[in-house]
Formats: sequence, C-alpha cells, structure tokens
Amino acid sequence: MKQLAPYLEMQDIRKSFGATRALDGVDLSVFAGEVLALVGENGAGKSTLMKILSGVLHSDAGGMMLDGKPYTPRNPHDARLAGVAMVYQELSLAAHLSVAENIMLGMEPAHFGVVNRSEARRLALGALAQLGHPDIPPNVPVGRLSVAERQIVEIGRALAIGCSVLVLDEPTSSLAAADIERLFVLVRRLRGQGKAIIYISHFLEEVKEISDRFLVLRDGRSVGEGKSKSTPLKRVVTLMVGREVTDFYPRSRRKSGEVILGVNDLTGLTRPIEASFELHRGEVLGIAGLMGAGRSELLRTIFGLDPIRRGEIKLGVYSGPASPLHRWMQGMGMVSEDRKNEGLAMGLSVADNVTLSRLTGFGPAGTVFPRRQNQSASTWIDKMQIKCQGPRQPVVYLSGGNQQKVAIARLLHHDVDVFLLDEPTKGIDVGSKVEIYRLIDELAKRGKSVLFVSSYLPELLGVCDRVAVMSRGQLHHARPAKSLNESEAMMEATGAL
Amino acid sequence: MKDWGRKVGPLTGLVIVFALFSLLRPDSFPTAGNIELMLLQTAVVGTGALGMTIVIVSGGIDLSVGSMVALSTVTIALLLNIGVSPLAAAVGGVAAGAVCGSLIGFLVTRLRLAPFIGTLAMWGALRGAAKGLANEQVIVAPNTWLNNLLNVLTDDQKWMIVPPGVWLMLILACIVGAFLNYTRLGRHIVAVGSNEQTARLCGISVERTKLVVYMLGSGFAALAGVLQFSYLTVGDPTTGTGMELDIIAAVVIGGASLAGGEGRVLGSLVGALIMTVVANGSTKMELPNWVQEIVTGGIIIAAVALDRYRHRRME
Repeated sequence: MKQLAPYLEMQDIRKSFGATRALDGVDLSVFAGEVLALVGENGAGKSTLMKILSGVLHSDAGGMMLDGKPYTPRNPHDARLAGVAMVYQELSLAAHLSVAENIMLGMEPAHFGVVNRSEARRLALGALAQLGHPDIPPNVPVGRLSVAERQIVEIGRALAIGCSVLVLDEPTSSLAAADIERLFVLVRRLRGQGKAIIYISHFLEEVKEISDRFLVLRDGRSVGEGKSKSTPLKRVVTLMVGREVTDFYPRSRRKSGEVILGVNDLTGLTRPIEASFELHRGEVLGIAGLMGAGRSELLRTIFGLDPIRRGEIKLGVYSGPASPLHRWMQGMGMVSEDRKNEGLAMGLSVADNVTLSRLTGFGPAGTVFPRRQNQSASTWIDKMQIKCQGPRQPVVYLSGGNQQKVAIARLLHHDVDVFLLDEPTKGIDVGSKVEIYRLIDELAKRGKSVLFVSSYLPELLGVCDRVAVMSRGQLHHARPAKSLNESEAMMEATGAL
Repeated sequence: MKDWGRKVGPLTGLVIVFALFSLLRPDSFPTAGNIELMLLQTAVVGTGALGMTIVIVSGGIDLSVGSMVALSTVTIALLLNIGVSPLAAAVGGVAAGAVCGSLIGFLVTRLRLAPFIGTLAMWGALRGAAKGLANEQVIVAPNTWLNNLLNVLTDDQKWMIVPPGVWLMLILACIVGAFLNYTRLGRHIVAVGSNEQTARLCGISVERTKLVVYMLGSGFAALAGVLQFSYLTVGDPTTGTGMELDIIAAVVIGGASLAGGEGRVLGSLVGALIMTVVANGSTKMELPNWVQEIVTGGIIIAAVALDRYRHRRME
C-alpha cells in the first residue's frame, strides 16, 4: 500500500504561546495505509501539534502538505473538509441525540433546512458497516451506549465525512481489554482501507502492537522515530524522558505490620457483590481488574461515598459504615479516578485543593488565613515537586501529572494512614508515574497503608506487595505480587480462571 | 494578573460611567447630595446582592429574593402594629428570611430540586404569603426610628457621613467578604460551588453547606427588606417586584460566574452602584426610562463579555 511520498507531511512546525515555546521544530510524516504512533510525555506538545493539524491553532512557522498539496486549514471545519478527522480522548458526542444524528452532526443531508432522515440513516449505517459494527442501532440515543460503542460512533463520524487522515487521541484510556482488541481490529481495517492514521497513546505496549512506526516528541521537538515492532520499549521510554530510566518500579525493603483495614463480605448497591480483604500497616495492596469490575465502587463504599448493602468494614478501632468526613477523621483519604470531575476543584487554587479536607490550623476559631494556607501548600509543592507558578495558581493550568500530585498532596497534608488510590497514574506522563511509584514506596516504608487500584497490571505487579483481582463484582483472594504473573492475573480478571 | 483584572474590572466600569455623567452634567450629577442619594438608592439592592453573592458563588441561584423583600416589609409592619419594639421587629423580619431560606435549602438538598426551580416556586409562594399576611393591602406602621435608616442626613447628622442604612450595607459587605475568603465555612461554600463532587470527596457536608447558603441568601434579602421598609415606611406586599433580577445583575456585573466558584462581594456592590449611577445619571440627563433599561442591559452584556474574553485569553 505504501506510496513514495507521505500522504501527510508536517515540516518544522513551531508554535509559541507568549514566552512558552510549545513546539520548537516538529517534523511528522505519515503515509496512506499506515499507523503512526505519536508518543511523548504530557506537555511534550502532542496536543498542540494535533490542534495545528486540525485547524484549531495556527503554527508560527513551518508548513504542511496533504496529498502533495499545501495544506493550511483556517479552522476545524476547513480541516474536516480536507479530510482530516480527530477522535478526542474525551468523547464529543451529544448524549441526547441518536447514533445516526451524532454521526451526521453538522453535515446532515437536507433540503431547505429539512433533514432527510432516511438518507442520514443510510449514510450513518454505511459508516457503521464500514467499521464492521452494523450491530450498533442507529436510532438509539448515544447516552445509552457503552463507552466502547460511543467511541465507534465517534470514529464513524470521522468516516462519514470521508476522512483520509484520522487522529486517535488516547483512544483506549477508558476501554476494557476486550474493547481495546476490537478497536485494534477496527484500526487495522481502516489502515487496510488506505487511511493515514495518527495514534496517540501513553500505553507503549499498545503502540508496539498497533502501529507501524512511532514518532517521539519531547519538549516540543521530534526527538526520534523508528519501526514500532523492532524497537525495544526501553529505547522508546528513554527517548521520551530524555534519560535512562533505571528503576521504573522502585521497591525498598518493607515490612508489613498489623491489620489496619479489614473488609468482610462487603456488598454495595450494585458493586461490589462480594469483597473481603485485609490491609496491613506498611503494605501496598493492589486491586486489579477490568473496567466495570467494581474496583472504584469498592473504594467508594469503603470511603463512604457509595452506600453499603451488607458487610463489615473495620478501620483501626472504628467499625461500621461512615461518611467521607468520618473517614478523613479516622485517618483515611482517597484519590478519585476522575481527576477533572471529582478529584480536584479545577477553578480553585493549588493551596485550596491541597488543604480542602482539613482547613484547621490556619487561624483561630474557624478562620482561614490565606498566608498560612499558602505556607502549608508550599511545603507540599516543594516536597512533591509540583510544577506550578505558586500556591495561588488555579489547578486547571497545571499538567495532568502535576494535577495528580496535588490530589495526592491532599492526603499527605491531611496526614492520613490509609491511602485509597483509584487509578493514580491514569493519563499522566512517564516521569510523573515514576515519582508516584516512588512516593507509594516511601509511604509504605513509613508504615502507611495503600490500596492501589489500577487497570495497568505491570505497575501493580511492580509496586504492590500483594495483588487481588476483581472480576464482575467479586474480589478474589489477594496473592503476593511476586507469585503472580500478568497472564494469570488477566485470566482471573476476565473470568477465564 | 487574572486576579488583578477581576478586582479592578468592575471598579473601572464604575469610574467610567461616573466620569461620563460628571462630564455630561457637571452641575447636578457629581454633587455631594447626589452621591449620597445614589448610595441610598443602592442600599436595598446592594444588601440583597451580598446574600446573592454567597448563593451564586456556591453554584446556586435565588429567584425568590424580590418576594422575600416584600414578605419582610409586611412582617415588620405587622410586628410593629402589635407593639413590638423596632429592633425586635427588624430581627423578626430577618428571622422570617432565615426560615424561608431553610425551606429553600430543604427543597434543594432534600427534594433535590434545581435551585432555579425551587426558588422559582418560592418566588411565587412568598409573594402570595406576603399578600395573604397583608390582606392584599399596604400595612401602615407606627413611626419609629426604623423609618430613618435611609433618610437623607440632616445638618446635625452630617458627622455620620452617610445614612445608617448605607453603613449597614458597607459593614456587612466587609463581613461577608471576610466570611467567604477567610473562614472554613466560607471556603467550603466556594469549594461546593467550584466542584460539588470534590467537596464531597473532601468530607465537606454539601447538604449542610447549601442549607446555610440559602439561609444566608434569604436572610440578606430580608435585611434588604428592612431597608426597603425604612424607605417605604409601610409594609407593602407588592414591593420589590423584579428586584431579584436587579440583584442578580449586580452580582453578575461584579464578576461572579453563574457556574459557581467565582465571585466577590466588593464586585457585587460595585455592580449595584453601576446600575444606580446609570439610572440616576440618565434621570439627570432627562433620558426616558426605556433608555436606562436598554443601557443597563448593555452593561450586563459588556461586563460578562469582557469577563469571558479575559477567561479565554487565560487559556
């Protein structure tokens, strides 16, 4: 399928925002019928580059060629007309509209403003069939579909406009393993149809599996590319971080003490169905499993955010259910999986977010002096190496990794003993991930206990003392991480065992 | 940079409209007497805006404040007529506000009505209650010092600089501003407005916080009713019609976001002053009423559009 000249070429793209140089000379080329993986840490410039490609932003310097012709989209509409389609990480579908309406949104076939519904339906069905998913009903509101199905609708929207360049931005970050496999089948199918595909992902194993070539961005520059199959992962990571990563999963000699959290036969409203485990002092216990297995719900019921139907929770000397307020007071804190909507108040400052659960000690009788609040937050900014302009900067301006550090700093500020961490490394760059692993190790060494939920098995096996797999609401027995391997755990999670 | 723009934006607007009318009517507009008058005219809406700022910062809205003002004037007049002391009557009016506020809090937190709907219902219900209590008539009350809160100062009162009602508004503004910024409960209110789920995750009782918010909102509306009573000297169940919109406009011009989490008390007061200055200046220019109303609409658009523009530039 490969042609001599790339289908899309971006040359020496540069872009600055004020004094910050977001892109400082990026070269990217992708052939028709090829999947190019674009990798790099958060803040490396991937999203800026894609915004330029899709006409949302305009480059300061450099040029783009599409199908041998100069390509200068003035706005996203231009880019769509030229055949460049984006599928974003946060899906952009209208939940109340039907599948067909969503696919045709903005380009409905119409006469004098009246939508030709049967024609729209036909086109939408065509797009779904092209994706190999004629099973998705076109008249159902998108809100009723699963996340995986929604993504297919989103890709269908890209196809319906007849795109030739398709950008997939972190398409698997919210998918379960089986859906990821299905997505890959679909991507290969589109590649077979001669589309030029740019695939952005943090998951390097995926990149290796799905892409033909990879391009690494670092600090706004393209720093390396190569064949995905034949390049060792370690080499890619080194290119991304710009230094040798020696100890990816740091683990010091730790000793677990007595039981601090005992959960017995816990049942929530829908999930978990049955969960029992013990968490010891100085222990990191991992909870593995697929999306929808009920891992988040397990943490939420323990923390008092979701109701309990049956079962016992014993935290230190306290037993019985409790509200989040009580849990904080009993020395337990939680980091939410949904950083944007639950974990952090995005409009509020770093200082407010760090100290929100415990605003005491900043002044007499219920008062809060911002100066003292800032001092306290500043110590965490230093200790956690949170990159920000200061304690008063709203967290919305921080990168994903730094936002996550703020969310975790809240637990440190509160000085809790039991850390419930729900996907703490989701969507953050490799460097920040390693820092979080290191912090977890440090906490365990100091006798704190960590319950670590993750969809990414290698990190659980690397960081935890014991790992328990959750599958369809049932929590299986925890086993020493050393005795567990990835395929076994995956078998357990998918219910194959 | 951002904070600076937020703080100074509305104030700049106030200075501009004030300067404009001073240039156009140098003899009658920028006089001490007229400035005092404008402060008097702002006191009722300004006091209501204090409570509304709290409500809007928490991510809510209160459409019932105009009706609450009326109910408050009626309550005070009734209490004075049964021989209660003026202070007790005023406290009674404010207490009525707190009770109504707790009812709104119940609607919003227990019945889970959207604040717009819950307070829309109260907008009707409280107006009806005021009319029912007053037998659909204006209630004449005995003359007490309550009637003098918003009088233009006489010569031997000049030491007060501005009338007591205006002082009340200014002092309470300082207290509310400090409350939102420097107390635990105040920060909790801001956090609930910024992201309710985060607040819940952090162990803040969102329901209790909202209950306090609506009690304060209606309490300040009732206090605005005390000032309105002072101005009218009677209990009038039809007063304050549409005042909720003036109050919301003042808060919005002052830089608050209806999405919650943002807003400052000083801004809201400045917003209220801008509206008074425009109204007063237009009268001095002998412009008809409809021109003022269009200009006020334009100012709301300009204030919010400018704010959006600043927001966009930050991103």
